[in-house]
Amino acid sequence: MIFLTDLLRLCDEHDIHVNRESLPDGIQTLLKLAFTVTERRSQRRAVLGQPVLTKIGNVTIEMHRNWSDMLGFIGEVFSAFINFFRRKAQFRLSDLFFQIEAAGPSALFIVTLISVLVGMILAFVGAVQLRLFGAEIFIANLVGLGMAREMGAMMTAIIMAGRTGAAYAALLGTMQVNEEIDALKTIAVSPVEFLVLPRVIALLLTMPLLCIYSDFMGIIGGAIVSATMLDISFFQYFQQIQGFVGLSHFFIGVFKAAVFGILIAMAGCFRGLQCGRSASAVGFAATSAVVTSIVLIIVADAIITVLCQVLGI
Amino acid sequence: MMSTATPHLEVRQLTMAYGESIIQEKLNFSVSQGEIFIIMGGSGCGKSTLLRHLIGLMKPAQGEVLYHGVDLWQADPEQQQRIISRSGVLFQGGALWSSMTLGENIELLLKEHTQLTPKQIQDVIAYKLSLVGLSRYADYYPSEISGGMRKRAGLARAMALDPDILFFDEPSAGLDPISSRRLDDLILELRDSLGATIVIVSHELASIFAVGDNSIFLDPTEKTIIASGSPKDLLETSSDPRVIQFLTRMK
Ligand SMILES: Nc1ncnc2c1ncn2[C@@H]1O[C@H](COP(=O)(O)OP(=O)(O)O)[C@@H](O)[C@H]1O
Ligand SMILES: [Mg+2]
Repeated sequence: MIFLTDLLRLCDEHDIHVNRESLPDGIQTLLKLAFTVTERRSQRRAVLGQPVLTKIGNVTIEMHRNWSDMLGFIGEVFSAFINFFRRKAQFRLSDLFFQIEAAGPSALFIVTLISVLVGMILAFVGAVQLRLFGAEIFIANLVGLGMAREMGAMMTAIIMAGRTGAAYAALLGTMQVNEEIDALKTIAVSPVEFLVLPRVIALLLTMPLLCIYSDFMGIIGGAIVSATMLDISFFQYFQQIQGFVGLSHFFIGVFKAAVFGILIAMAGCFRGLQCGRSASAVGFAATSAVVTSIVLIIVADAIITVLCQVLGI
Repeated sequence: MMSTATPHLEVRQLTMAYGESIIQEKLNFSVSQGEIFIIMGGSGCGKSTLLRHLIGLMKPAQGEVLYHGVDLWQADPEQQQRIISRSGVLFQGGALWSSMTLGENIELLLKEHTQLTPKQIQDVIAYKLSLVGLSRYADYYPSEISGGMRKRAGLARAMALDPDILFFDEPSAGLDPISSRRLDDLILELRDSLGATIVIVSHELASIFAVGDNSIFLDPTEKTIIASGSPKDLLETSSDPRVIQFLTRMK
C-alpha cells in the first residue's frame, strides 16, 4: 500500500497517467482516502539543503535573540526580587517551603557520597606527591583548602544543576506545553514572580548550607585516606586543618555556593520558560538547562577566583 | 455600563504570524456586548492562535485588537491589566496548574483579584465547581481526573471572577454528549444571567447552531475570513462549498 502511494505520487510528479481501474475495489477505496487530504508542502519549512551561509546567518540571529531573551529574563527576575522586598511579589510562601525541602534535604545523600569521594581523591592525589618530600601532614591543608575554597561549592553546584536545575527546566517546560504559563499570564500573575522567584530563593538559601555540609564530608573523606595510607591520626589531621584553614576560606566557598545557586535556578527556569510546545522540547530544555548551568558555574567560579586573587583574600 | 454602540471586542486588519510564516491576515470582525460569537474553521487554520491574540498573549504582526474601543497594545499597563483581569479563558487543553488542586486553582484567582474572606472564597469555589458538576473533586489534582473533567474544571476556573468576556477554546471537545449538552445550557445561562460576552472556538455543529449568535469562518489556504454571520443564516445563504461542507459535515 505504501509502495503504491509512493509510486502514484512519483507518477503524479512526472505527469504520468495511471490507470487505477484494474486494481481491486478495496485498494481503490483506500487509495482514494489516502489522497483526499493533500499535504500542504508549502507549510513545511525547508530546513535541509540550505546553503552554509544561510545556516550561519540563522544561527547568529538565533544566538542574538537568545542573548536578548536572557537579558530580559535577568531584568524580570531582578524586578521580581525588588517586589519581593517590597512584599508585593505574587507567590505563595508554601511554595517556597516546598521548593526548599525539595532542593535541600533530599539532596543530602548524593552530596554526601560525592563529597566524601572527592575528598578521598584529593587526598590520594596529594598523598603520592607529598610523600616524596616527607611532608605528609600537609595533606590536611590540601584537602581542607581544596574543599573549602573550591570543591565543596563546585561539586554541590554540579549535583544541583543535574538534579534541581534540570527538574526546574522540565517542570516549567511542561507547564509551557500545557499552556499553564499562559493561563498565569491571563490572570495577570507574573510567571517570573510566581514560579521563578521561589525557586531562586530556595536555591539561594539551600546551596550555602549544602556547601558547608559538603566541605565537612570532603574533609572527612580526606581524613579516611590520611589515616589508612599515611598513618596520620584523625586528631593530627583535624588539628592541622584547624590551624591552617581559616574561616575566610570557608566563607569564600559559601559565597560561591550562593552565587551558583542563583545561576542554577535562573538557568533552569529560563530554559523551561523558553521551551517550545512539544514533549521533545521539554527534554531539550532540561538538557540545555544543565549545560547552561555548568558553563555559568565554571565561568562564575573563574571570575570569583580572580577577584579573590586581586583582592588578596 | 459601556454604551452598546461600541462593540465589546473589535479586531481591525489583524495579521497573525509565527516569525515569518503568516497564519491569517486582514481579519476584521467585531463582537458586541452579550453576544455568543463562534470562531470556526478546519483544524490548524489558526483558531487557537486568534484566541491568543484576542487575550493579549501574542502581539499582532499587524492590526489592532480593541476592547470597548481601546487598543489592547496601546493602552497603559494599568488599563491592560484591567482588561485582562476582566476576561476569563478556557484553553484548549484546560491548562489547569498541575501543582495545585482544583480548589487551589480557583482560589489563586480569587486571592489575586478579590478581597474576599477565606470563608467566602471557599463558598465561591464550591459554587463554581458545582456549576460544572465537579463539586466532589475540589481536592483532586489535575493529574487525578480525566481529560473531560479537566476541561470542565478549566471552565469553572475561567468563570471564577464572573468576567465580562469569556474565551473558550473547543470547550466541548473530549466531553460526552450529555456534558456537552449541559455545557451549551451553561453558556446560554452565563450570557443571560451575567450579560457576559462569549467567544467560542468550536467544531461541535450541534452546539454551534444551538448557541451561536454570530460567527466567522477561517480558511487555511485563503488565510482569512471566508464567511461570517449567524451560523443558521450561513447554512441557508452561504454559497461557499467549504462553508457548506463544514456546516453539513458533507464530503
Ligand atoms: N508556537 C508555534 N510556532 C509556530 N507555528 C505554530 C505555533 N503554534 C501553532 N503554529 C502553527 O499555526 C497554525 C495554527 O495553529 P492553531 O492556532 O493551533 O490552529 P487551530 O487551533 O485552528 O487548530 C498551525 O499551522 C500551526 O502549525
Ligand atoms: Mg486549536
